Order: sequence, then C-alpha cells, then structure tokens
Amino acid sequence: MLRIFPWFIGALAIFLGLYFSWMKTPLIIGLSYGFAALGVSILIRAGQVSFGHAGFTCMSGYAMVAALKIWPEIDGLILILISGLAGLIAGGIVGLFMMRYRGIFFGMLNLAMSMVLFSLLGKFYHVTGGTDGISFDRPKLLGQLLDRSNYETALLVLCAFFVVITCSLVQRFYASPTGQALIALKSNEVRLEYIGISAKKVFYKGYVASATLCGFAGGIFALVQGLVTPEMGYWVSSGEYVFIAVLGGTYHAVGAFIGAIGFTFLKLFAAAAMTGAWQLVIGSVLLVLIFVAPNGLVAWLRKFDRKTSHAQK
Amino acid sequence: MLKNDMSVLLQTRGLSISFGGVVAADGIDFELKQGERLAVIGANGAGKTTFINMVTGYIKPAAGQIMFDGKDVTGLSPRQIVQHGIGRAFQLPQLFLEQTVKQSLELAVAARANKMKLFKPLAECVSSEEIEEMLEMVGLSARAHDLCSSLPEGHRKLLDIAMALALHPKLLIMDEPTSGVASNEKHHLMATIMKALDERKVTAMFVEHDVDIVKEYATRVTAWISGRITADGLPSDVLSNEEVRTVILGH
Repeated sequence: MLRIFPWFIGALAIFLGLYFSWMKTPLIIGLSYGFAALGVSILIRAGQVSFGHAGFTCMSGYAMVAALKIWPEIDGLILILISGLAGLIAGGIVGLFMMRYRGIFFGMLNLAMSMVLFSLLGKFYHVTGGTDGISFDRPKLLGQLLDRSNYETALLVLCAFFVVITCSLVQRFYASPTGQALIALKSNEVRLEYIGISAKKVFYKGYVASATLCGFAGGIFALVQGLVTPEMGYWVSSGEYVFIAVLGGTYHAVGAFIGAIGFTFLKLFAAAAMTGAWQLVIGSVLLVLIFVAPNGLVAWLRKFDRKTSHAQK
Repeated sequence: MLKNDMSVLLQTRGLSISFGGVVAADGIDFELKQGERLAVIGANGAGKTTFINMVTGYIKPAAGQIMFDGKDVTGLSPRQIVQHGIGRAFQLPQLFLEQTVKQSLELAVAARANKMKLFKPLAECVSSEEIEEMLEMVGLSARAHDLCSSLPEGHRKLLDIAMALALHPKLLIMDEPTSGVASNEKHHLMATIMKALDERKVTAMFVEHDVDIVKEYATRVTAWISGRITADGLPSDVLSNEEVRTVILGH
C-alpha cells in the first residue's frame, strides 16, 4: 500500500493547489522541505543525525541563482537540476571530511559547516547581497514565461512529478546492497568492515545522496520565493528537516513528504489560529504524535498495511 | 623475509605488543598449515584474542611480521585482510541487529562478489541458491526472515560464523565459538561448524576452553601463557603437558 503513497501525495498536492489557489505556495514550500527531510532521513537510517543540512539547501539555491544570472534565458526545470547537481558536488566535497565522523561529532560538524556558510553569505555583501539575499525575476518554466499563478501551478505539478520519481529512486536505493549496508552501519560497523565493506565509503555515498536531495529542495524553494537568503541555511531550518524526517518516519521514502506537508500546514494553521502562541500548538500536536506514532507517521500507516495484507492472506 | 612454503597458510615471526606494562604478545613465532584444525587454549589474559586481533588487522603489532598465503599482511586494515581471505567470527557475535538473517548473509555475499550496487535490490545481486544453501548449512533456514536481534545465542554464533564463511575465506578464525552456548548444545554447534568447514575445505583456528571439544575437533593444539606459545602439538601431547595442566587446565 505504501507504494502508491507517493502518487497519492502528488495527486493530493495538485488537487489542493488547483482547488484552493492560495495553497499552491505553501504546498510547493512543503514539498521542497520534503526533499530535504528525505535527504536527512537517509542519514538517520544509518544512525546519524545532521544539524546542518540546510547549508546544502542554501548553497544550492545560491548556485542556482548564479546560473540564472549567467544565463538569464535558462529554463526553471534546468535550474532545479542545476541545484541538485550543486548539492551533489558540495556533498561530494564535504562528505570526504564528514564520512569519518559519527554521532554527536557528526551532528555538530555539519552544524558548524552550515553556520560558516551562513555568516559568509551574510558578510560578502557585494557578491551575495548580504542578509537581504538576492531576488530574481521568474525564469522561464517548461519553455514559457508564465504569469505568477500559472508559474506556481507548473512548479507544483513538477514537484509532484519529482516526488513520485524521487520516492521510487530512493526506495530502490534503500533496498540495494549499499542502502542495506547503511542500515548495517547503524547496528555494527565492526562487522561491516569484517565482511569487507568500507563503512566510510558506504556512509560517503549516503551523504552525497542526502546533499543532492537537499540541493533539489534549495532549487525548488528559491524558485517559488523568487529569492535566496542566508536564512535558508540557518540552523533552525536544519532542525526542521530532522524534525520532519522523524515526524514522517524513515521506514519509507514517502514518510518525509507526509511529514513535510503535515508540518507546513500545521505551522500555517497554528499561526492563523493562535498568532501569538503558534509554537504552543505545534508543540502540543507533536507531543501527541510522538505517543501515537513514535516511529513516525509512515510506520503508523505501515501497521494498517500489514493488517490488510494479513487479512488478504 | 619469511620462507614461502606452499602448505603454510599463516605464519608470524616475532609478533609483539604490550599494553601498558602487560606483554600481550612476546615475540610470537607461529605457523598454521593448510587444512589444520587448530585449537588455541590459555587462561584469560594469555594473549589469545590479542593475537587474533593482530592477525585480522584490528590492532597493529608493535613489532614482527604476519604472512598469509605468501603475502605480507602486517598492518593492513581488517577489510583488506578479509579480502586476502581471512574470515573472523567473534566471541560476542557481531551481527546486523536491525536486519534479518537472510539480509545479513546476502550483504556478506554481495560484499564478496563486489556487487555493492546503488539501485538494484540486494536479493537480486546475489544467487538465492547460495543463500539458501548457507542457511541450510548452519540450520537457520526456518529463521531466515527473523531479525538478528531476536535470535538466541547459539543461533547468533552460527550466523556470525556463516557470515564469515559467506566470504569464502581460506582461513576462518573463531574466538570461542562455544562460549555462551548451553553445554548440551556445544557439540551440536561444533559438529555443524566442522561439517561446513570440511565441505568448503577451509582451514580453521579457534580459541576454546572446553577440553572435550578440543580433543574431539582439533588436529593440533597451541597453549598460550603470558603472551607466549608454551606448548604446540597433537592434542593428546599438549593436554598432558605438565605446565599446561597446572597453569591452564588447573589440575
């Protein structure tokens, strides 16, 4: 049953966006957070928590804007792919260093890296626009210059499409020898070495995959805002990714998107309902969720999945 | 350079290490021939596990040389030594607790066959016949889809050994394969292991405290006292050695 969930999430997002046009922006932002949280989930499956992955999101957003400034005619779809590529390259470089560390050191080193990036972006005003960031005009999307509403619709449909493809790819990765070795890394790194698998190499591959997904998230997030700011890479965003990953669950790739959509709308409605104390609403809902679904929403759904498949037998 | 004798599989010369003031290996000269079933006996702290740790690359010797199958493997990492053909089973089984028995074996086979693919399912990267055969061999077929964390100790030991055997090693080193296993199950466990070793023509050395097990399954015994090999030879000779009897066996 979980297999159809990415399709369901994609279809639901398109339906909601078309029916309530004010929802388009929060949906796209929510889905972009889903890609980043999915990246973080890959590492959580290996038992590692990063508190700095928003750094990759932010960096990729800036890389995409740089590409747009150089080639103003470039298509939005290509820009999203460029941001993913930027995440992949950045992850490939930073990962060479990060693959050696585990646990609290890993979490803190990632945090440190993202904070260095955050302050550099804020200080190098002439290149980065400082704390105000860089705004840009809507690029072409799918070969056409669209008005705001159609642009958002096209972006939402693209996102939904990417959700389905990404979930399928990540699920294949999870089932592969490398994906399984990542889970093994969590429980026994010694044995992994003693069956001849390099734990560092496996972790490096996972790290690069996670940075690539954060790169995608950065591109989509920047395109819907028409703006990149250092704020995208602030540690609070990294924390939100971890939060969404845990909320949605890491058992299946779709968990990150369920968590992200849930988190985005919860934040939105909490802000509308209790403007002064929206954190209170979020905190309370999360407390309840942690008791009801301690392994995330997707693990909770899986229980039903198992019940129905047993019934079929 | 050590001499290159084809029948000698593992050879160490002057292997030494000490921890603080304790000499755990005191210039160990050691040879293991192809096809041997060597039992290593000795009191706790005699340096048996330290020796295994040095041979399998877990710790580096302070001095000395380790030759395996004609190649110098001194100071290599565990992973490189595994790739040279030494498999290791642990005193405390080292398993992938969050995965199933079958997945663990599949991962070991995929690692051996160098099939660490990114997008192809693990089960499709390995031959299912081979996995079933391995499960059959160690009697874990009925447990194939159970999580490793749910296995009782005897099964954990067997899986730990099976994962090492899945790598097709030339030499299997086992650190106390029967420890933590109920005494009435020890012989069954050893018989299962030895049958698997015979079928695959794997040379073996194992640390063992149970004299009955040593007598029954070893073709040769080495007795370790304070980081040295005190006696080396046929089980009947070593077990009747005066020093071995007083210091190790406590008679």
